[in-house]
Amino acid sequence: MERSNWISLLIVLVVIAAWEFACGWFSVPDFILPAPSEILKTTVFKASLLLPHAGVTALEIIMGIFLSLLVAVPLATVMFACPSVERALSPFLVASQAVPVFALAPLLVIWLGYGLASKVLMAAIIIFFPITVSLLEGYKNCDREYAIFFDLMGAGFWKKMRLLYWPWALPYFFSGLKVGVSVATIGAVIGEWVGAQSGLGYLMIQANARLQVSLVFAAIVWLSVMGLALWTFVGLLEKKVIYWK
Amino acid sequence: MLSVSGLTKKFEDLTVMDGFDLTVRRGGFTTLIGPSGCGKSTLFDVLTGVFPRDGGRISWLGEDVSDLMGRAAYMQQKDLLLPWFSLIDNAMFPVKIAGVPTSRDSREKTIALFERLGLNGFEDYTPQKVSGGMRQRCALVRTLMFEHELVLLDEPLSSIDAITRRSLQGLLLLLQSEFNKTILMITHDIEEALLMSDELLVLTPMPMRVRERFVLDMPKSGRSSNPELLKIKEHVLEELEGDFDGTI
Repeated sequence: MERSNWISLLIVLVVIAAWEFACGWFSVPDFILPAPSEILKTTVFKASLLLPHAGVTALEIIMGIFLSLLVAVPLATVMFACPSVERALSPFLVASQAVPVFALAPLLVIWLGYGLASKVLMAAIIIFFPITVSLLEGYKNCDREYAIFFDLMGAGFWKKMRLLYWPWALPYFFSGLKVGVSVATIGAVIGEWVGAQSGLGYLMIQANARLQVSLVFAAIVWLSVMGLALWTFVGLLEKKVIYWK
Repeated sequence: MLSVSGLTKKFEDLTVMDGFDLTVRRGGFTTLIGPSGCGKSTLFDVLTGVFPRDGGRISWLGEDVSDLMGRAAYMQQKDLLLPWFSLIDNAMFPVKIAGVPTSRDSREKTIALFERLGLNGFEDYTPQKVSGGMRQRCALVRTLMFEHELVLLDEPLSSIDAITRRSLQGLLLLLQSEFNKTILMITHDIEEALLMSDELLVLTPMPMRVRERFVLDMPKSGRSSNPELLKIKEHVLEELEGDFDGTI
């Protein structure tokens, strides 16, 4: 393990130890702030309760990622191919992010119901923006000399897209995807808070109402682990796909 | 034959060329040399259609053409190899782009050229894993894979070391005669121009025109010690050093 990783681990351990100590020293009740040991116990021993909810949230996030990819990749490509489309769509793209996702959540639940669809869409709305913007930036960043060289070879736009622009933009695409997956949980959880029948967000709301704060924390731990796992997976995929870097 | 007449190119108030004329004999090797910033690369950009021209005519093999895009192979100082493809895939790009299914023949032709240029064994390497000289040799193979007879070379060997450059110059000449290419090359290296060309055109600063033309009809072997060429070299150097910025 690298020195920086040891330092990170040390910081985490110090914070957890201080937290554990403070809870015991000040006799903080579990329904206000449970000790880390209590949270760990809940996380492990209530796994059978947490796991189905985590599965639902994970499914929402993964479907949200796929939905956002289905929108972001063609959108960025069309915007790159037609600058007039880019100019026309840019204000809407920015507006889609300017509206707080919290404001949209109740509407989406009304329109799409309490099932998966509203949460998937919430996650997708959050994820598609960084992917679109990064991919578009990647396309635009392609060295002009390469593009001219392709023109000289008589390559059409789609051939250039496949052989030049897309591979060129891949590192940018993955940067956007990493940002997207790291915030994907936000969309899904907010959707579950507003209206759901399952999922970690739903469980958190239920536990909160019953003052089961350690269960709320356990759900947060599971969400963090899921986010980290997604981030790691995308990182590994990036290394595999962009083998020339 | 490539014929350019009355070519004009302006960028707002800057006149790069105003009635530029040029003729390259079919199967010949013509080199352009001129002061830095005189507009040599712009000439190639106009010839290939990267920039539209403001006037003049371009004809290739007796036929007037709008530009040489898709009619000429092009090689420049930057090798422009794509890091996500192997050397052989990079070299076969002209075949892929032309939409021709990559046949066994074109692959065999590429492999044969790799052997000729000392790249055998490196076919499956990606460009970032080989030296600058090898990358440039791969770019040369790619240039030869174009079916086009006309080849435009924009300082193709200027970024590589002197020894590799010398061997590539020899290979380029050998391949030119073997594949019967018509070559128009830009260089900053007067020795390279004298060693390789059938015709040397010395250019003026902007607006660019041909200042002097030398027909080099002596054999290409043993040119380095040819006293006539040494005289031309001195003369050209003096002329270019006399230009306003003193650089070539």
